[in-house]
Amino acid sequence: MNAHVKSLTPAGPSRREVLAVSATVVAGSLVVGCSLPSLLSMGADDKFGPFGPFVRIAADGTVTVVSKHIEFGQGSSAGLAAILAEELDADWDKVKIVSAPANAKVYGNALAQGMQGTGGSSAVNDAWEQMRKVGAATRAMFVTAAASRWNVAPADLTVTNGVVSHPSGKSATFADLLPDAAKVAPPKDPPLKDPKAFTLVGTDRARRKDSLAKATGEARFTQDVHKPDMLTAMVAHAPRFGAKVKSFDATAAKAVPGVADVFAIPSGVAVIANSTYAARQGRDALKVEWDDAKAEKRSTDAILASYKDLASGKAAATDKMKWQVFESHGSGPPPADGKVVEASFDFPYLAHAAMEPMNCVAEIGGGKNRLTFGSQIPTLDQLNTAMIVGALPGSVQIDTLFAGGSFGRRANFKSDYAVECVHIAKKVGGGRPVKLVWTREDDMTGGYYRPMVHHAVKVTLGSDGYPAHWRHRIVTQSIMKDSPTGGGGLDESAVEGAKGSPYLKATPVVDGQVITPDSAVPVLWWRSVGATHTAFVMEHTVDQLARAAGKDPVDYRRGLYAKAGADRYLATLNYAVDKAGPAPAAGWTRGVAVHECFGTVVAQVAEVKLEGGVPKVGRVVTAVNCGTAVSPDQIAAQMEGGTCYGLGSVLFGQVTLKDGEVQQTNFDTYRVLRMNEAPQVETYIMPSYGHPTGVGEPGAPVIGPAVANALLVLTGQPTASLPFVKA
Amino acid sequence: MPKTLTINGRAVTVNASPETPLLWVLRDELQMTGTKYGCGIAQCGACTVHMNGVAIRSCQTPISALEGAQITTIEGLGGTHPIQTSWVKLDVPQCGYCQSGQIMSAVALLAQTPKPSDADIDGAMSGNICRCGAYQRIRAAIKDAAGAPAAAPAKAA
Repeated sequence: MNAHVKSLTPAGPSRREVLAVSATVVAGSLVVGCSLPSLLSMGADDKFGPFGPFVRIAADGTVTVVSKHIEFGQGSSAGLAAILAEELDADWDKVKIVSAPANAKVYGNALAQGMQGTGGSSAVNDAWEQMRKVGAATRAMFVTAAASRWNVAPADLTVTNGVVSHPSGKSATFADLLPDAAKVAPPKDPPLKDPKAFTLVGTDRARRKDSLAKATGEARFTQDVHKPDMLTAMVAHAPRFGAKVKSFDATAAKAVPGVADVFAIPSGVAVIANSTYAARQGRDALKVEWDDAKAEKRSTDAILASYKDLASGKAAATDKMKWQVFESHGSGPPPADGKVVEASFDFPYLAHAAMEPMNCVAEIGGGKNRLTFGSQIPTLDQLNTAMIVGALPGSVQIDTLFAGGSFGRRANFKSDYAVECVHIAKKVGGGRPVKLVWTREDDMTGGYYRPMVHHAVKVTLGSDGYPAHWRHRIVTQSIMKDSPTGGGGLDESAVEGAKGSPYLKATPVVDGQVITPDSAVPVLWWRSVGATHTAFVMEHTVDQLARAAGKDPVDYRRGLYAKAGADRYLATLNYAVDKAGPAPAAGWTRGVAVHECFGTVVAQVAEVKLEGGVPKVGRVVTAVNCGTAVSPDQIAAQMEGGTCYGLGSVLFGQVTLKDGEVQQTNFDTYRVLRMNEAPQVETYIMPSYGHPTGVGEPGAPVIGPAVANALLVLTGQPTASLPFVKA
Repeated sequence: MPKTLTINGRAVTVNASPETPLLWVLRDELQMTGTKYGCGIAQCGACTVHMNGVAIRSCQTPISALEGAQITTIEGLGGTHPIQTSWVKLDVPQCGYCQSGQIMSAVALLAQTPKPSDADIDGAMSGNICRCGAYQRIRAAIKDAAGAPAAAPAKAA
């Protein structure tokens, strides 16, 4: 296999060879001596400047940082740039940021099996040491160049704001030294700064760089791409997931002025036109008959009922669908005289509903295999494109643009919308640019939802009021089933946050199991993934336990954290409670929740009241424990935004199916948080010099249970089903 | 049939049919892409522009309704409007996709109500969705701009 792969040439692999490469990756058994990133990068352009793939320095001294992580709101590209600029001692005002091209060999994510991609709040976590080393090595090249020019010891030189200085009074800018520095060999292990000496990282100077472009309309998104001779495509999708095209009549569609062609592709019927409006009108005029034989025809009520039957034991597991243990320790029956708390939780499907609906620009043929879009996992998008066009994955060029949000939607194993665009562009051929535009309705009814989930929890308290026995059942679809390795084992993404919970660790006997029934409804990670439901279940259960034990929920958590040795949780909780102060303003009731997501612990104290039966959230005090704070302002922004995203979903978010058809089509039926419902979030970052962990997602899952816990105090009723406000 | 619109103070000839929403004329025909498509049914506000100084949703406004009207888009603010300055000062945008519409709604609000209360801001801004949830900073930036010297949009009519 290795020899076979080596025989591939970027010039013209056969489809069979490409499929062999793809199959190798898909099977998950990698070729000996050929890592996944290098395999997937075959054919990629590997030429970089003297400072390597991550930084370029121009003759005028401008430092351009190449961000290997997409910028879709979290400010992480500026975070990466600040880390590099810190060690480089660059002038932050002269730093610019561009997106990296697709090339997993150099831009891979160590936290994503080396694939190039952004997710799991990993950008800063993954790139921290790498960007520091690149910055330090580049700095050393300038120091070496200056030392040799002035014939002085490198150790005597200092660098500040892009200027190298010697105590004798000699100084030179990066621009002055550039020709000499470019000839210095970069050191392999340059010394890194003592974090206590940072002057940019961790300060309010480490701000994002794209605010002006985004305040003037100049920032360029996929939706904004115009290329010469470009066609715009829309696709008619089946109303039910898993359905196929049976037949279609394009007569009326083709009569719409501006419509160029109509043809079937695997995911539906494509209409291509010379403008978005014409494509939309053409699609509206299209008549399609669908083959529903393999489609999901159930309603969400029926699917949820089947989940409950599994959890209660009324329905049995099968050979294909088995219960799997996610956490189990201790043995023996629950204490006979212990107080029993039973809680169940139903979570609906959720749409990501990013502001920019899914879209992609593809140019295929005529020697080109090029995509231009907000690609969240370029390596998968390359691989999926390569399988369609018959090329080496690395030779698929991807220009990554800003994305108007994603929250996980732009990252999926099948590259669904990108692949759709590639199929259309391949049919158009000749390398002619095709922009695929999904309408809001396409986006909302197009699947890849946060899965529907049911939890059933039964806890028996010991004589000290703390849990003695914890039985936990989770029923949900598997996200990882679609992964190249086909899932099969325990889907960690379905249980993370319950699995590993300090509350389970503190409980002597735990029996936690999950089962993952199938459906044609495509499911996907959604900002904070498993925590979207496990944080709610664990945190709201704990308040119900505290209530049963007659204890204060904050003190009850402290007791559990002490039993579990969960010091970070305890410290974060205490920080939030301390910052919140002794009591809420008159008329408000507090709820508390704490959760760890992707290595970051967030604790929130939310102040809630009921207005006409609808929860209103005011002040939300947030403590975040994320290691070294690279950009405190952006950490605060992510806590503010994550809280809104999470709050909107628990208040209003739900996608329902009726006989298999999605009932929510746009923002009139899929309600999201608006200005008048937004809370006031105060963010307090716990001081740390530890390795930084992410903040893009961990702010989202905590507000839901904090609100539910406040409502428990207000009404005495636990929340068993989301959203709080039913349509 | 060519039609003349007045956009950011300039007369512009367009070829789209009369029922075409202004949004698609701006974005596709004129390639003024600062105004965004978000929902197409006037629910999200990403496509907000001004017609004679009033915030409207361009996705639901056919160009036939714009005869003689002064249209201002995000490109017409010039980049130095106090709202834009406050937006940058407070790093309001996250993904940024909704921000043109947010800014156009905020500019229209301040033109009507130079010192808006929280309730005024809720009233004027609740038609603009931000999925990143930058609402807190949007509110703060509007208040920040309201404290700045009032200035008319640079190129607005």
